[in-house]
Amino acid sequence: MAERSFKNEVEHLRKGDGDVFTGEGILALTKALLENGVGYVGGYQGAPISHLMDVLSDAQDVLEELGVRFEANASEAAAAAMLAASVHYPIRGAVTFKGPVGVNVAADALANLSSSGVTGGALVIVGEDYGEGSSIMQERSHAFAMKSQFWMLDPRPNLPSITKAVKDGFELSEASNTPVMLMVRIRSCHVTGSFDTRDNVPPPLTVRDALSTPRSDFARVVLPPMSYLHEQDKVQNRWPAAEKFIVENKLNDVFDPERAPLGIVVQGGMYNGIMRALQRLGLADIYGNSDVPLYVLNVTYPLVKDEFDRFCQGKEHVLVVEEGQPDFIEQQLGSFLYKSRSSVELHGKDMLPMAGEYTGQVMLDGVTAFLKTAAPEMLPGTVRAPNAEAPQIPDLSKTVPIRPPGFCTGCPERPIFAAMKLTEQELGKHQISGDIGCHLFAALPPFEIGGATMGYGLGPASNAAFDGGGERRAISILGDGGFWHNGLSSSIGNMVFNKSDTVAVIVDNYYSAATGGQDVLSSRAKNETKSTNNPISAALKGVGVEWVRQIDRTYDVGKMREVLHEALTTDYDGPKVIVASSECMLNKQRREKPLRSRAISEGRRVDIPRFGVDPDVCTGDHACIRLSGCPSLSLKKLDDPLRDDPVAHIDQTCVGCGNCGEVAESAILCPSFYQADVVHNPTRFESWRSQQRGKVMGWLQSRRDAKRLMMQ
Amino acid sequence: MNKQFTEHSNNPGAAQIIKLAVMAVGGQGGGVLTGWIEAMAHAQGYVVQATSVAGVAQRTGATIYYLEMAPKTDQQPIFALAPSAGDVDILIAAEMMEVGRAVMRGFVTPDRTVLIGSSHRALAVSEKMAPGDGIADAEEVRAAAEIAAQRLVLADMEQLAVEQRSVISASLFGALAATGALPFPRAAFEDAIREGGRGIDASLRAFNAGFDAALSDDTDRDEKTEQPPEITGPARLLRAYQKVADRISAMPPPVQQMASAGLLKLVDFQGYAYGAVYLDRLDRIIVRDSAEHDWQLSIAAAKYIANAMAYDDIIRVADIKTRRRRFSRIRGEMGAEPDQVMQLTEYFHPRAEEIAGLLPAKLGAWVERRPKLMARLGRWFGKGRRLRTDSLPAFAMLYVLGGLRSYRLKTRRHTVEVAHLEAWLDRSLAPLEEDYALSVEMLRCRRLIKGYSDTHARGLTKFDSVMNGAQMVRGRKDAAEWVARLREAALQDPEGKALFGALETIRSFT
Repeated sequence: MAERSFKNEVEHLRKGDGDVFTGEGILALTKALLENGVGYVGGYQGAPISHLMDVLSDAQDVLEELGVRFEANASEAAAAAMLAASVHYPIRGAVTFKGPVGVNVAADALANLSSSGVTGGALVIVGEDYGEGSSIMQERSHAFAMKSQFWMLDPRPNLPSITKAVKDGFELSEASNTPVMLMVRIRSCHVTGSFDTRDNVPPPLTVRDALSTPRSDFARVVLPPMSYLHEQDKVQNRWPAAEKFIVENKLNDVFDPERAPLGIVVQGGMYNGIMRALQRLGLADIYGNSDVPLYVLNVTYPLVKDEFDRFCQGKEHVLVVEEGQPDFIEQQLGSFLYKSRSSVELHGKDMLPMAGEYTGQVMLDGVTAFLKTAAPEMLPGTVRAPNAEAPQIPDLSKTVPIRPPGFCTGCPERPIFAAMKLTEQELGKHQISGDIGCHLFAALPPFEIGGATMGYGLGPASNAAFDGGGERRAISILGDGGFWHNGLSSSIGNMVFNKSDTVAVIVDNYYSAATGGQDVLSSRAKNETKSTNNPISAALKGVGVEWVRQIDRTYDVGKMREVLHEALTTDYDGPKVIVASSECMLNKQRREKPLRSRAISEGRRVDIPRFGVDPDVCTGDHACIRLSGCPSLSLKKLDDPLRDDPVAHIDQTCVGCGNCGEVAESAILCPSFYQADVVHNPTRFESWRSQQRGKVMGWLQSRRDAKRLMMQ
Repeated sequence: MNKQFTEHSNNPGAAQIIKLAVMAVGGQGGGVLTGWIEAMAHAQGYVVQATSVAGVAQRTGATIYYLEMAPKTDQQPIFALAPSAGDVDILIAAEMMEVGRAVMRGFVTPDRTVLIGSSHRALAVSEKMAPGDGIADAEEVRAAAEIAAQRLVLADMEQLAVEQRSVISASLFGALAATGALPFPRAAFEDAIREGGRGIDASLRAFNAGFDAALSDDTDRDEKTEQPPEITGPARLLRAYQKVADRISAMPPPVQQMASAGLLKLVDFQGYAYGAVYLDRLDRIIVRDSAEHDWQLSIAAAKYIANAMAYDDIIRVADIKTRRRRFSRIRGEMGAEPDQVMQLTEYFHPRAEEIAGLLPAKLGAWVERRPKLMARLGRWFGKGRRLRTDSLPAFAMLYVLGGLRSYRLKTRRHTVEVAHLEAWLDRSLAPLEEDYALSVEMLRCRRLIKGYSDTHARGLTKFDSVMNGAQMVRGRKDAAEWVARLREAALQDPEGKALFGALETIRSFT
């Protein structure tokens, strides 16, 4: 069950000629696939295209009606490999994953696919996770397009352009027998807008039909000597065909109103930002009518020399707006100019930063710098000679704390890391490597556990150098998502084969939680279209792990700590794997809350636990927070002149997971925590017993109060 | 009103787009608010675009939603996908430090930005972790926001929403409507909520509350009226207490407030006679103090002697846990209706030290000297115990323990605490004649002792380190400043890294 349901929205996918679609970019992309006769779709989730996978998953009815096959691939490599169906068959296929980490994982399959070439249009929709909000290292997928020679689209970030890019992408792919990557930046995935829809088109040849008439052609197999021929084919046939298609179908936009002596070349995805900079300088209106000529690269690879040369004619200065590094596009354009012996002055990374996101301010500064050089007379007077001074706004950088994402309230992973921190307090600091997933938040305060993350499913693999063991065993973390993605072979298999004397902790929260709660093989939910409930511990045993400990309630900090201690101190010198399982609280709440509300309104007995802190007992040392970091466990300043420090306080967002109490008990913190269970619709006996108890306690309390002074 | 100054105000092309950013903490419902605004703008004949960065949004990180809108024409406007510094018309920040972050990032400028902020705090982990008070200064943010915003609406939008059993997006939406920063009537806002479905009535109530708060112009400030607690009890005890309390009126006026608070705490802890002992200790310090230094020494002493005398032992905890007021307070906090049953589970983990401390002084000391016996005590008592204080056996046990007050002064723990207290006072007052400020700072070091078990032990170690550090700097002109610095360092991190560094610095020059 994914974090967000698109069940209502997918009805929009049935819209046809003359209708207007209004909604999110991700959904628009899906609609465009169906309008363009796609035969099969797949992918692997991850920001920013997780929702695309969720939409596809929720849209299976629509897909089935059209005869489109949807596959939730095991990894990006599996997704890219699926495009092999378009090598021999004239079937359009599309897969999606995040870039560039997904592209890294898929690189092998993408390279082979590019070498073989395709018959049916093959589209890889990549959510480029770059800049603010990105969850990965800052790199560009562009390099992969250059190395494997597939084509790369980077459409202007509005729904009509993005959906048109799907059509263009398939056609370009077929015209040049080359796979095409359609890149959407993190914000364009979630941008909302409208576009005119067309009827959905069932694939002319379905994957089912193809199985009835199988095809093969050894010339398409990547084996020498055919692979040598593939390379020649790429440069002699496919590339020129692509260039021809790009020019003839005007895939790139040229906005060149009045042959000005300067121009800007911009990646399609950066178009809106550059337009805003021009608007702010008074050089464009809000509809894109600009005084500065623009060459918008909706296709960022390959670049077409003739088209660029035509744009440059009569110009003296050209600015390239290319986000990220290295400056692949600028280098190529510079080479074009040099070969044409052109006198045009090329600007780019000299006026815009080499690294970092091109935010509105960065682009405004860059365009201003360019115009100061190229055409200072175009700039408004206020920019050339500002006469008003901005008021001084106090610097808050030392005041405002950073707020990185962290474990949610009630997260079942929190007690695992609390136990690990306690174990480290006892046994000393250990070599710990992390993996990709929510559990990586443990690297941040207050836990600060783990010092590396090498890739999805590679947590234990990145401790391989320490497999030989030593004074203190190395620990690695792996999530259930990472386990099934790649970890079973690359990490666990590797441990077994190399007789690793290390400890791996598999954090099993029943979902691929960090990407939005999609089901994986070991999910506990029933899933109509997927096989779930395949236990991780069974897979571990199958691959040859002998020392396996299964923990079915991670909130039991004491148990967790005991098992960790055992793994770190046992005489057994083979791989030790702990599977720590509890359901992702975000998903659990989403599932249980409505059921609970219904039960209460139907008069059934429901027990709702929540934690609290006695402010008089808490001394304000915050030791509990250093073992938790839970959003609902916060601080409160008491209205008491005798108190210096704020005390712990649990707000009403607490879901009663039990971590606070368990930690207070295991770490021997303090007796301030209590758990209060409010019983809705109690049984009659319960109510009666509670009343009787109340009477006795009340009597005792009155008795004591009669003998002392009370402050109200 | 702030003056107009920037370039874009005279650019009609750009002026037609309204730019609105929402800065929130993940999980606050920024998406809901964005959805309402988008739907409303759409219904009002605007072209509108919203963007967000999903992914981290769920998981408590800082997150931004961004909207642009323009009246619908036959041409499609080109909207930016992210806010730019100096180019935001309306900024909604759903938490006080997010207000600060918005100002810091330049999204709030005096020429144009209407800033709607919630003054409540959702503390960042870094603020909560510090062993002392690591909470960021909201007043600094408020001051900056007042300068940066063209118009500022700041109120506790979270509280307004919670009071209506709704969420902050609704009260913020109400405040947005009230500012008139969007060219839509109030009814359009309310329609957007109704169209959105789910919790409509609660949302509308919170909307209303936010709307009114934004109009009531005075941006909220904490105004708590101090009311001295009312004291009740048997007449005989009241008379005895009053006699003790009357002694405070003879004290220098600046000391009285703290002395009263201290006295109340100790009467509550043990009784009026114990309170009298407290005032005796305080009196001995007051005679050595004078108005020359604004009675700082006595005020510090009044505060920290009270804290030291009201130490956290099993008796105190058991007493607090079984009081009538506590049960009603928790019922209120948990929102338990009268017909609902409430179960209460306490999490205890006593150690051998606490058990030995509860023994009569001599016996306790004897036991503590015998590690084997202590280990046995630990095995018998020292494990996690969950006590159901809504059930009679557990309640009765704590009730009995809480009733041991008359015996308390004979316990081993009391002897240890008194010895520690006397030693601290002696050491702190030793430099009084030559360095008044140093004595005050040394008294204040008592703040370092808090927590239970390991945390308490670490606090004691830090306290000792700082007191020893004070010894090292004694005689220097800036000795008091150094002690204050050492204390702040000790409160920065649990391991005492900052304190160690500061002590190293001292060692380097002494």
